[in-house]
Parts: sequence; C-alpha cells; structure tokens
Amino acid sequence: MASSFTKMLTGRNTAVLLASLGVGGAATSYLMSDSSTLSAEERRKLYPPSSDFPDLRKHNNCMASSLTPAIYSKLRDKLTPNNWSLDQCIQTGVDNPGHPFIKTVGMVAGDEETYEVFSEIFNPVIKDRHNGYDPCTMKHPTDLDASKITSGMFDENYVLSSRVRTGRSIRGLSLPPACSRAERREVERVVVQALSGLTGDLSGRYYSLGEMTEKEQQRLIDDHFLFDKPVSPLLTCAGMARDWPDARGIWHNNEKTFLIWINEEDHTRVISMEKGGNMKRVFERFCRGLKQVEHLIQERGWEFMWNERLGYILTCPSNLGTGLRAGVHVRLPKLSKDPRFSKILENLRLQKRGTGGVDTAAVGDTFDISNNDRLGKSEVELVQLLIDGVNHLIDCEKRLEKGQDIKVPSPVAQFKK
Amino acid sequence: MPFGNTHNQLKMNYSAEQEFPDLSKHNNHMAKVLTPDMYAGLRDKQTPSGFTLDDVIQTGVDNPGHPFIMTVGCVAGDEETYDVFKDLLDPVIEDRHGGYKPTDKHKTDLNSDNLQGGDDLDPNYVLSSRVRTGRSIRGFCLPPHCSRGERRGIENLSIEALSSLDGDLKGKYYALRNMTDEEQQQLIDDHFLFDKPVSPLLLASGMARDWPDARGIWHNDNKTFLVWVNEEDHLRVISMQKGGNMREVFTRFCEGLTKIEGLFKEKGHEFMWNEHLGYVLTCPSNLGTGLRAGVHVKLPNLSKHESFGEVLKRLRLQKRGTGGVDTAAVGGVFDISNADRLGFSEVELVQMVVDGVQLLVDMEKRLEGGQSISDLMPEQK
Repeated sequence: MASSFTKMLTGRNTAVLLASLGVGGAATSYLMSDSSTLSAEERRKLYPPSSDFPDLRKHNNCMASSLTPAIYSKLRDKLTPNNWSLDQCIQTGVDNPGHPFIKTVGMVAGDEETYEVFSEIFNPVIKDRHNGYDPCTMKHPTDLDASKITSGMFDENYVLSSRVRTGRSIRGLSLPPACSRAERREVERVVVQALSGLTGDLSGRYYSLGEMTEKEQQRLIDDHFLFDKPVSPLLTCAGMARDWPDARGIWHNNEKTFLIWINEEDHTRVISMEKGGNMKRVFERFCRGLKQVEHLIQERGWEFMWNERLGYILTCPSNLGTGLRAGVHVRLPKLSKDPRFSKILENLRLQKRGTGGVDTAAVGDTFDISNNDRLGKSEVELVQLLIDGVNHLIDCEKRLEKGQDIKVPSPVAQFKK
Repeated sequence: MPFGNTHNQLKMNYSAEQEFPDLSKHNNHMAKVLTPDMYAGLRDKQTPSGFTLDDVIQTGVDNPGHPFIMTVGCVAGDEETYDVFKDLLDPVIEDRHGGYKPTDKHKTDLNSDNLQGGDDLDPNYVLSSRVRTGRSIRGFCLPPHCSRGERRGIENLSIEALSSLDGDLKGKYYALRNMTDEEQQQLIDDHFLFDKPVSPLLLASGMARDWPDARGIWHNDNKTFLVWVNEEDHLRVISMQKGGNMREVFTRFCEGLTKIEGLFKEKGHEFMWNEHLGYVLTCPSNLGTGLRAGVHVKLPNLSKHESFGEVLKRLRLQKRGTGGVDTAAVGGVFDISNADRLGFSEVELVQMVVDGVQLLVDMEKRLEGGQSISDLMPEQK
C-alpha cells in the first residue's frame, strides 16, 4: 500500500497542493513519504491551527466573540490531565451559531481543570457573561446561611410558588460532556449513596431513568419532576447526552419539596420548591439539604468542585459561582403591561420567563421571575435580591391596582469593590 | 480530532465491566456482536489517528434501534478502524452482508460494457433510474472523526478534481455555507439539496460537527451526475435520470467515477479500497460497492399480491417509499433497489436490478390483465 501510494505522487503537484492547504514545508515532506498511517501527533503537525480555526462569521455567542486565531493557535494542542481539548470545549458553540437576540455561551468544560488550562478563552467569556466579573482579580463569596434572609414571605395573592435551584459537581470525576460510562455511574453511585443518608423531612427515594416503571414515570411527569433526554442542540452537541439513559435519575424527598437530578446537564442539579410564597423556608431547606449532602459525601472521601475564584464549578460557564436561580411564579397582570416593566426588572437584576421555563411565553399574566446573576454575589445576596425585587414588583402591582403611579427603582450595585 | 470522550484516559482506571454499555434493550448489529470479553480486549486500542472503540460504538449505544429494522450501530473514523477493531467489525460485517467471511475477497467491476441490456425498461412503469455510491479519500479521517482542517482539505481536493470534468460531465460546485437563496431553491426543486442530518443515528456518530463548514453539492449542467461532499461520507456520487434507461445511467456513473478517480490520482490521492472490503466507507453497511441502484416503478397490482415480499427476497431486491429509506409508498409507486452491497460487483448488482425490475414489470402487466404470475416466480438468487 505504501509503495504504490508513493509511486502515484508527482512531487511538485503534491507540494503545491499541500501548500494550498496551508501545510508547512517540513510537514509536506512528511506527508509525501507515507500518509496512510499518520498518527494523531503527525496529523496535528500537518494541519496548523490556522487550517482548523472555525468559521465564526455568522456566529453570535460568547465563545465566538472572544475566540481569536491567536488564542486558538496557542491552546489548540493543549490538553487537560484528562486529555480534554479546546475543540471539545467549543464544539457546541461552533455547531450552534446562536440567535441574533439571545447570546448563548457557546462552550463547556469537560473537567475541573478545563477552566485553568483554557483560562485564556474562558476568562473573557466569563467576564462577558457575568457582567465584567474578572476571575484574575476577583473572589467569589459563598454563603449558605439562610438565617440571614429577611422578608422572605411573599403575599400569596400574587406569588403562586417558590423555587431555588443550583448544581454541584463531584471533584475528581469528569463532567457530562467528557465523562466515560464508568465515571457517570460512579457519580450516580456516590450521590445516591449520600442521599440515602438524608433523614426527617429530607428522607426520600431514587428513581433511575432506565429502570422506572411506567406508573412511576407518569407520576413524576404529573409532579413536573421528570427530566427527559435533552433535545436542544446546544446540549446534544456538547456530548452530554451520550449513553442516555445510563446512570441518569431523579431523587426526591417524600414531601416532594427537595429534588435532585443526577447526570443531566451537570453531575447534580439540586432543587428546593413548594407552592405558595414562603421563599425563606424554601431557601432554608435548600441550604440545609445541600450542607447535609456535602457532609455525607465528605464522610466517604469525596467533595464538591469549588474554588475561591469561580465558586462552584459546573459544566456551563453561565452557572459558575452560585449556579443559583431563585424564582417565583407570580401574577402581575397590570405591571406586566406597563411599558416600564422591562426596565424595572433590569434595574432589580431580575429576569422574566414563561412558566414553562426558559424560552417559553407567559400564560395569563403569570410570570417566572428569577435572579439574573450567578457569579460574584453569594447565595444569600442573590436570594435576598430576588426577595426584595419580587416584593417591590408586588408593591408596584398593588399601586397600579389602586390607580397610583410607580417609580423605576435605581439600579442595584454590581460587584462590591 | 476528539469527539465526545475519545481521549478520556481516566476510563482506564475503571474495569471493562464498569465501562461496558448497557445493551439489554438494544437491537442493532453492534449490540448483537459486542460481548464484555470483546470490549475488554479492544477498549485500550486506538487507530493511529486516535479513534477508539467507544467512538466506533457510540451511535449504537445511543440508538437502541427498532424492533423491526436492524441498524448497524457502529461507524469507522478512518481506514484503519476496520483493521484495529476487526474483532468487532468482522462479525458485524458477516451478519450484515449475508455471511461475508473475513477471508472473502470482493470483486470490483466498473466496466458498464459488462452489463447486459438495461436500456429498455418500460417507461410506462419505470419513472426514473438512479445509481449511487460513496468514496473515501485515503489518508484522511472519515466524517465521524475528521478535524475541520481535514474536512476542508477534502473539499478543496474535490472541487479541484470535479472542476476538471468536461463534456457531458461539466458542472459547478455549490458550497452549503454560502449558496444564495436562489441557488438553494433551485437545488431543492431539483431534489439535489442535502441538509444537516437530523437522524440521531448520524448525529450521535459525530459526522454533523461544524455544519455546514466544507460541505457542498456539485452537479453537472445536465443535472444527471451529482456529487455530495462531506455529508455522511467524503463523497457520495449519484447518476440519475427520468425513465427506464438504467444502462445509460450506469454507463455515466462508471465513466464519471473512473474519471474522478483518475483526477484524484493525478494529484497524488487515491480512494480507500482493499481486496477484502472493496471501497471503504463510514458505515459498514456501505462497504464493497457502496452501491444502491434503484428505480421508481409503478406496481399497484403486484404490491398488493401476497407473493410480493417473497419475490423481492428471491431477486435480492428491497422496496422503499419514493421519499427514501423509511418512507411509505405513494400511489403504488415504489423505490426498488438492490439489497446487497458487499460480495457482488457493481455490474452484478446493477444486472440484478435490471433483470429483477424487468420481471416485476412483466408480473405487473400479467396481473393487470387478470392473469396468474405463478409461472413467473423466480428462483432464489
């Protein structure tokens, strides 16, 4: 095979062609000797970073805004200790050019070290996504002391339900885009074992996605607990849906107020929720549950991924820091029609979604209102911001009901200097 | 370049048993063949370009299959995949290609003179004729595994080679990335345009990465010869025209392919081929000839006959709806094509289609006239 290949080469033609592909001189002679069994190393030399740089001209995501040929060139051949590469980080952003109005992140981490090895691209993306948070100079505060919360009981004529969610990753195991089946099963084993140690109002049960009965499945759907295989190409292109539904499952307490997703977009997603407006109790259970789970995994020698630059480490850079979204379903029939609604939300650092979740429309004047920020403020700060903000929105609604005028509040401060 | 967990070496810290996929609900060729022992023996191997066993089987793990349709469930990332992972792929190939053994040799025959007849299928019944195959360029990784640089290299080489075609084959390349709306509409109307794959079978293998970078369509001015670049394979080559002159379609097919192969060789590149597997393509189902020769043919009476399925089986033909694989027939019009790819030459397969379709049309005419077809029943080929 090799000799017949060499015979067919006419030296000059091949050299010209290779040059047109952007292949260097030394590599050209390499190719002309025997290219049938090139190793990955040799292949990397044949194709300089410039030949591999993605075409991002029609792209609108944080990765595309920050990735330059120079950065790509520097990072392309680097690997994390787990052999995760830059191309793997950015694949989802290359495959999904984005939307002109919604700016997606466009990259994911394959392991904890990703954020370090590829910091030259992750830092600007983090800064872009998290309103100027600079991982090089700033520290992220973690605070899960729910006793500090004030005014955490909403008027239930307006607030229908309250919810807080976050994610946690198990240190030492690869993240969902990169993990092998055994690693993913290990995440499941470690977390399920820890959760079985929860007691009292937190005691509950695990339902493996692959093994649940049809009855269990229907009940979980009716409770709005069940998650299904991701269909969004943002997620599937990142590789996190491989081997579905192997080692995926849902755990919840008997009271149905504390719920954990295993091996969906992150190792774990932790959710505390209940009907009504008692956000303080929701957050108190959230913090208590998280601390107990952390304690239970530490007993067996495991810990969560965390550092003081980036807080809790999760798959998507948008969820760094607290990974926390605290929100309510709230009726705001008059305020939502006021032209100042968006500005009020913006200044309160809140966002609105439909009650079906992200990218859904509101139904019947009921909105999902939650905190915008994730990184640079602690959990307590973000939940307090949400509480103060929602109380203010309800206040505005009541004023409008009485025919009184409302004011746009001044913007909340960004980061404590 | 790595896709998914390709280079994840932490998995070697776990036993083969801990890593073995759960295939208990699966129904594809890979799942039937892969045992825990086989997995243990192959899981630390890589092809020279870094393709691993987990990469080969990922699409089959992610897509358990269908109880009635048997999918392959594995793909190749480069030419060496078929060698490094032969312990898995040889039995898959044997199962998929009617008992083809690891020691069997595959014959290639692209001399259309060797075809007998085929120019007179009744156009009142045979509405269109088409032959397609695929080709891979030796030295490049295949679509599941190639980097953007390699894919662009394949596109550049293809554009150069195709631009040298002349006469009946002279044509133009349309890159998916920058075609105009007008060009796009024309290609859709001509039924030439391919779009980003939506089938999870394809997506799970990694072949749709970086879409639409370096993908495109070339066709001749007469719209009878068409090449897809970087879709499921490096190249898919299609010859087609209305009516029943399969001979002309196949002649153009052979001439075009031979010319293209010559043009690539002038530039120092050859197609992936060996005497055991014939032409090497991404999916094991397309090995050998990679050839599907087919017609759209009206068989409203025959298709309702109880022997229709058996007749097709004996003729080594398969039926599909006119929308392609997994579509239903509309108005009694079927897509009839060869079921085999490997172990028969191109001429032999097209001969089977020509002879078989001739017989099907004869049977249809008999049934139209209210006559029996039992004396026309063929032997098993």
